[in-house]
Amino acid sequence: MKLTGVPASLFSALLLTFALQTASVAGTIKIGVAGAHSGDLASYGLPTVKAVELVVNDLNAGGGINGNPIELLIEDDVCKPEVATNTATKLVSQGAHVVIGHICSGATKAALPIYKDAGILVISPSATNPALTQSGDYPNFYRTIASDDAQARTEVDFAINVLGARKIAVIHDKGDYGKGLAEYAKTFIQQSGTAEVVLYEGVTPGAVDYSAVVQKIKRSGADAVIFGGYHPEASKIVTRMRKKKMKTLFISDDGVKDDTFIKVAGKYAEGVYATGPTDVTSNPITIAAREAHIKAYGKEPGAFFDNAYAAALAITNAIARAGSTDSAAIARILTTQEVATPFGNIRFDDRGDAIGIGFSVYQVRDGKYVQVR
Amino acid sequence: MDYFIELFFSGLTRGSIYALIALGYTMVYGIIGLINFAHGEIYMIGAFTALVVSVALSIYNFPLVAIFVLTLAAAAVWAAAYGYTIEKLAYKPLRHAPRLSPLISAIGMSIFLQNYVLLAQTPDFLPFPALIPDFAFMEPVSHIVGSSDLAILVTTAIIMVFLILFIKFTRTGKAMRATAQDRTMAMLVGINVNRVISVTFVIGSALAAVGGVLIASHVGQINFFIGFIAGIKAFTAAVLGGIGSIPGAVLGSFILGLTESFATGYISSDYEDVFAFSLLVLILIFRPAGLLGKSTTEKV
Repeated sequence: MKLTGVPASLFSALLLTFALQTASVAGTIKIGVAGAHSGDLASYGLPTVKAVELVVNDLNAGGGINGNPIELLIEDDVCKPEVATNTATKLVSQGAHVVIGHICSGATKAALPIYKDAGILVISPSATNPALTQSGDYPNFYRTIASDDAQARTEVDFAINVLGARKIAVIHDKGDYGKGLAEYAKTFIQQSGTAEVVLYEGVTPGAVDYSAVVQKIKRSGADAVIFGGYHPEASKIVTRMRKKKMKTLFISDDGVKDDTFIKVAGKYAEGVYATGPTDVTSNPITIAAREAHIKAYGKEPGAFFDNAYAAALAITNAIARAGSTDSAAIARILTTQEVATPFGNIRFDDRGDAIGIGFSVYQVRDGKYVQVR
Repeated sequence: MDYFIELFFSGLTRGSIYALIALGYTMVYGIIGLINFAHGEIYMIGAFTALVVSVALSIYNFPLVAIFVLTLAAAAVWAAAYGYTIEKLAYKPLRHAPRLSPLISAIGMSIFLQNYVLLAQTPDFLPFPALIPDFAFMEPVSHIVGSSDLAILVTTAIIMVFLILFIKFTRTGKAMRATAQDRTMAMLVGINVNRVISVTFVIGSALAAVGGVLIASHVGQINFFIGFIAGIKAFTAAVLGGIGSIPGAVLGSFILGLTESFATGYISSDYEDVFAFSLLVLILIFRPAGLLGKSTTEKV
């Protein structure tokens, strides 16, 4: 269909009146939920829809927020940036007051400028790209998940401040996950000013033997190794280090915080540190949310469910306390007042990252991972 | 200097690991000119068999030496049975087909076996018991070379010597060489070529299984995919040394292992594979048949 000048402007004028009309329906609070709801990444997006539905149904059963009912606008972006811009435009035109989403970092990044221009606040349960908050480009963006570099930050802080490491060898497995983490760790160590990176190397995953790299670690005089990668390589490196009687500390990530690591490395796993998401399974809100999900849908919740539940609680709570759907008012509450979520009491920093959602350090003691910090 | 010696020994260990697998590759290629891509998977199956047998035996409190010997024997027999069956099923029907057909069949077999173990066993990594104990006499040098390193090195040397003697002096060995030189002529003088090829696969597979047991014990973990990377590296080593030649496979493996180790130690492990394969390209440019390979002229 080809629209010439006059009908096109007429068409958009009509659209505008339509949008104004829907926005003016008295008192309804519209929450957009955007993410991958179909396609191969649907399993990342659908649990968020369910989490938001559970929270909103609860609120609506009690009369909504300050007496105003909540309406959900659920839109699919298939996790694709080019679709996400359409999704965002659609949500804006439907008059969403806030948006919970998107799920994938790429899609989120593409959609954010549209929400920013429309003055809509966005909160994602799963977009972990560090730049989304740290660049300062999107003041309207918040998230209830730790960013990709948070884990490296935790590892480096722990190595330097708690373990007192001064010479650190950073090793990775050349993969996206491991190398990404190692690069952040390297930057943070260099920025710390108190410790130095004495070795930065990638190893080939699946190689039969890592003794050459272990010799190199030994020669570098490192007092700690930070490894970015998964447990098969970590267990080979740790075993080889201990067999060579090296007492160098070994700190790794949640790719290693896996019971298979302990099973495979056996006695050599003892004393190894690994970071992992803070355990929230004993939090009463987490338990209640899980039970509500099982009651409503008959199965265990999926990926990012807790994060989405926290996002929905944070945003609805902020609207209730602000007494308005104005972005600035909501933002003020989000950054100043704590809210109870599956992760405990959280609030947001000025950049939009949640304070209180992050990683803990675990250590292998007597064949089990024990939280040490 | 200490650092150099340490790197040298770590290179030797790697080299002898490659050699244990490369020997089987090169034997099969030498006899029927087929690159048996399923060889790495036979190595993996040998390791899995060893895991099952050794765990079962340790439940009955067998002494470590008995566990080691019985495990080795069981893995070798079981893997040999696999090798024999694969040859009969996947390669024999294609004996007179164009060269590409058995090669594709071999790749298919490799993928099949990987997924078969994935489904029948587990996609996870499994811990492999240390069947080679830490010898007391190795204690003073254990920071340079471990007990399992030494065991692998010695086993590789023994197997290589036995194989060379076997092929040079036994009746079957002579039949193998004859088959390798000219299959039709070998048939004409009364050699049972099918039997010779079967024997080759049985020996090659048993060797891979021995490798599987020793290497898994050294590394301490196995899963269904270990055969792939080990197989690729061993194949590279066999080509480097001259595929079809038994001392060549061992030499090629040591050169590959040492190159990787020194490249890691003095330059960076990020480029470990780059150096290994650059070396392969260089050697093949100047010696297309590999270091010890015989360049044969094709008679038209």
